[in-house]
Amino acid sequence: MNNIFVYCELTEEKTIADVSLELLSKGRRLATELGVKLEAIVIGSDLKRIEDQVFPFGVDVVHVADDNRLFPYTTLPHASLVLHIFHHEKPEIAIFGATSIGRDLAPRIASALRCGLTADCTSLEIGDHFENKTQTEYKNLLYQIRPAFGGNIIATIINPETRPQMATVREGVMKKEVLDPKYKGQVKKVNASAVLRDEDFMVQIIERHMEASKINIKNAQVIIAGGYGVGSRENFQLLYDLADVLGAQVGASRAAVDAGFSEHERQIGQTGVTVRPKLYIACGISGAVQHRAGMDQSAQIISINTDPNAPINHIADYTIIGSITDVIPKMIRYYKANSK
Amino acid sequence: MSFRIIVLAKQVPDTRNVGKDAMKADGTVNRAALPAIFNPEDLNALELALRIKDQRKDCEVIILTMGPFRAAEIIREAMYRGADRGYLITDRKFAGSDTLATSYAISLAVRKLEPYHLVISGRQAIDGDTAQVGPQTAEKLSLPQITYAEEITEVSEKHIVVKRRLERGIEVVKSPLPAAVTVHSSAPACRQRVAKLLMKYKHARTVTELQNETKDYTELYDQRPYLQIDEWTVDDLHADVTMLGLSGSPTKVKKIENVVFAHKDSKVLSASDEDINNLMKDLIDSHVIG
Ligand SMILES: Cc1cc2nc3c(=O)[nH]c(=O)nc-3n(C[C@H](O)[C@H](O)[C@H](O)COP(=O)(O)OP(=O)(O)OC[C@H]3O[C@@H](n4cnc5c(N)ncnc54)[C@H](O)[C@@H]3O)c2cc1C
Ligand SMILES: Cc1cc2nc3c(=O)[nH]c(=O)nc-3n(C[C@H](O)[C@H](O)[C@H](O)COP(=O)(O)OP(=O)(O)OC[C@H]3O[C@@H](n4cnc5c(N)ncnc54)[C@H](O)[C@@H]3O)c2cc1C
Repeated sequence: MNNIFVYCELTEEKTIADVSLELLSKGRRLATELGVKLEAIVIGSDLKRIEDQVFPFGVDVVHVADDNRLFPYTTLPHASLVLHIFHHEKPEIAIFGATSIGRDLAPRIASALRCGLTADCTSLEIGDHFENKTQTEYKNLLYQIRPAFGGNIIATIINPETRPQMATVREGVMKKEVLDPKYKGQVKKVNASAVLRDEDFMVQIIERHMEASKINIKNAQVIIAGGYGVGSRENFQLLYDLADVLGAQVGASRAAVDAGFSEHERQIGQTGVTVRPKLYIACGISGAVQHRAGMDQSAQIISINTDPNAPINHIADYTIIGSITDVIPKMIRYYKANSK
Repeated sequence: MSFRIIVLAKQVPDTRNVGKDAMKADGTVNRAALPAIFNPEDLNALELALRIKDQRKDCEVIILTMGPFRAAEIIREAMYRGADRGYLITDRKFAGSDTLATSYAISLAVRKLEPYHLVISGRQAIDGDTAQVGPQTAEKLSLPQITYAEEITEVSEKHIVVKRRLERGIEVVKSPLPAAVTVHSSAPACRQRVAKLLMKYKHARTVTELQNETKDYTELYDQRPYLQIDEWTVDDLHADVTMLGLSGSPTKVKKIENVVFAHKDSKVLSASDEDINNLMKDLIDSHVIG
């Protein structure tokens, strides 16, 4: 069987993006299960010693295309280079981030290769499949598991016949795990100027304003999330107070962001970030399906809500029936008095 | 030659407001209870097209949709807001198409409408939720793609300038034409129906719809041929059937599970000091916090 490939994105600071490190971690586990190698692709400029960032995640081979026309990302040259690599290497599986970049690039590549692509997977597993119609047995396929229909159904999708089996996965869905800080793989340089043609550069970037992401709720162990029920920006301060004493981060529902209680970077859910903390405290959040899509993998959930029937309570481990203005100060008081 | 814009639009079940009545007794979604709507970002796409039409007298906006017969509803809806005409791609042989097969069919239809300047689609449909059809259609047509458009700031015969909305900021890009653009929900909302256009197009029908009408439209259609919404089948597109439908789709759905909104074993507490103190103690003792 051929190898597993992960397309690695670069941050503004030209480090490997978290989402890609998460996918390398997942890719490593799948590669080990299948007994194949894990290969990474990094395309950009000034990529000196970029391999040092990916090897600890168990990468056996990293393909590096370094050319000053390749950063920032544009679709056509990156697509040409990935296709070039895939034509030579014939991957078994190829994984991309379900990010602005990955969701732009992966479908273009899947279309050129006439391969199946599954969007926004929340889980990737290895499994077999028996096709009744043709009486064919398929071993060790990639099960690509994803929500669809607004999060109301979960589909398991397979690509029995086409290779690579392609999938995108959102940031924060897989766990980032260093395999071995001393792990060493091989670097394969791609001669970009030999592959690229003038047409690949027909779309030009003429202006760019990117923020380095400051707020990072994705990797928080404990999240205090506020909803519309928090009532005001002033009341939201209570959540920050609790977060301060617990060493937590503050998140928000879309209704809270829309009401101006919180910044968009903190939004959790289908159109925000996906989080999976050890503890999620939902304050004045009703628990719409779009919100739950971003937090229902939390290890423990506490809901503070005045409404005993709020849907969020159904997935909560503890429900406190009460107002946040009453409950949160009590939590802070107890914690200050009793923690070391 | 006119400046031709093809807008791709999909009719979708409204998955956003899955209310209590849309839930079955077993906690799963009753799809039949969901209204069929114009995919929200496709309305943003239509608006960006109509804004170009506002500026250029020679501009023509064509709506293209693939779906069952009733999807003609969104073609009419687009006409009421300013689209000039529309085509419905419809055939049983398209059923079960994944995004690759869908973009293949759409790309054949777009080719029938050559020469065009722009293909504008939504970023993502709210049912399939993949955001793949736009880029895949672009690839099949060998067009440059500009995803996540928020605004088209400049248009000429030869190029466009587009502001893109990305996760961490914005980017302004310039592309030669023809090009494919996918539109983000942060683009301006679509204008409302125009009364004059509603009057003009309310009798617009597809061939199939006309066959089901009791009234005779022959005379009206002779006078106003623009009311005719053409339907395109696999044969009209000269499509390779092995690249369509289930057999032309490399992705196979192995299993579908409905998300059941089950009750988890959950402890209900009051806001009393005692309840909250006990909870905090448990959390500290179990090292969840601390
Ligand atoms: C396409 C689409 C994408 C979406 N994406 C997201 C997303 O990414 N994230 C997201 O969160 N939403 C998203 N939404 C919106 C979602 O459907 C809900 O509208 C939103 O999550 C509701 O936010 P809420 O729970 O804060 O507000 P509400 O539903 O208004 O709930 C407020 C809650 O606060 C409680 N409450 C009131 N006062 C108090 C008090 N003093 N103390 C304690 N509790 C109180 C109420 O009982 C109620 O349960 C999306 C919607 C659509 C259509
Ligand atoms: C549960 C489930 C999961 C699925 N998962 C996948 C998957 O992971 N991979 C996959 O390849 N397929 C998948 N499919 C199939 C996919 O939903 C269909 O192929 C669908 O026709 C197009 O995909 P979409 O709805 O995601 O559109 P998107 O790619 O999200 O649509 C983007 C834009 O393309 C245009 N567009 C899309 N469809 C049409 C149309 N019919 N007519 C006109 N314009 C259109 C619209 O402008 C739209 O805004 C899945 C289907 C189901 C039911």
